[in-house]
Amino acid sequence: MEIKVGMADMNVCTAPDSIITLGLGSCVGVVVWDKQTKICGMVHVMLPDSTAISQNSNTAKFADTGIEELVKKVVAIGAGRARLVAKIAGGAQMFKVSTASPSLRVGERNVEAAKKKLAELKIPLIAEDTGDSYGRTVIFYPETGVYRIRAIGREEFEI
Amino acid sequence: MADLSLDTLSKEYFDVLKELGNIGAGNATTALASMLQCKVDMQVPEVRMLEFKDVGAILGGEEQEMVGAYLGVEGDITGSILFLVKKEVAMHLVKKMMGDYASDEFGEMERSAFKEISNIITGSYMNALASLTGMGIFLTVPDMTIDMAGAILSVPAVEFGIYGDNILLIQSKISDEIDIDGYFIMVPDMDSYGKILRSLGIIVD
Repeated sequence: MEIKVGMADMNVCTAPDSIITLGLGSCVGVVVWDKQTKICGMVHVMLPDSTAISQNSNTAKFADTGIEELVKKVVAIGAGRARLVAKIAGGAQMFKVSTASPSLRVGERNVEAAKKKLAELKIPLIAEDTGDSYGRTVIFYPETGVYRIRAIGREEFEI
Repeated sequence: MADLSLDTLSKEYFDVLKELGNIGAGNATTALASMLQCKVDMQVPEVRMLEFKDVGAILGGEEQEMVGAYLGVEGDITGSILFLVKKEVAMHLVKKMMGDYASDEFGEMERSAFKEISNIITGSYMNALASLTGMGIFLTVPDMTIDMAGAILSVPAVEFGIYGDNILLIQSKISDEIDIDGYFIMVPDMDSYGKILRSLGIIVD
């Protein structure tokens, strides 16, 4: 079975299932995984920092609260907290415009924020495919730990 | 302005967008007809408020290949506007504009033609808003990308994400030989919502 994660959404998954999020742009798909129990979770974060925004009830929307919540969720279904490792993908800059809009750089800031949170939680980041200017669909397989990335006009690859 | 949120504004703003959609689509249809030199029909546009997780699905899936043009809005209000069409629709418009000069791929010329089309269409909408509100509104030079619907939509979604969990989408239906479903997503900055509604007499200080 393939478990779907929407925009500003999170879910958990155990082998042999896989977990997918479609069309990541500036958003980042953060996966935490426990190799031993083959349990993983994925969060599709849109914004870097929940504390900068008043409407922050949806924890999955932000890198800081999203990753924290995700870790709780995978541990709750049996993943070993100390064994967790992470892989991240996404954080593209889709458009370049001469406007001052800070949201155009949000991809980069999402990636930074995700890394910062993972470091704070002492979860090693073992692979990433971030930045650039194209959209990504990402699928994680907790059986093997493979994070598969597909994009329009590019060869599918794994990290 | 601190007490304004997208959820409380949405009803009034929704109606404004609908009216704007009507006038804008009318303007855009006229502009397109004269640019493409053919008869263009128009239907009443739809305005929808969608949750983030449902956004990709209505455009034919998050992985649907689309062409998006992104323009900054400047002047009395600030923000951004995204114009989005399916790739084959974009190619159809480009070919109509360029005639025999267009190839089947989005090269430099085709991209430039699409940007010009986006300029004309989004400009029609912004002119409608400017004349409704009496404000001066200008658009920056567009940038365009060809990518998955979900990835392109993440850009305005992030901007909406600062205010709430929904996105406002105007779907215009224009047709010449084929149906040209175009999607507009307008994201005024928070202060600009108030300015738009105030200038229309919806909010009274």
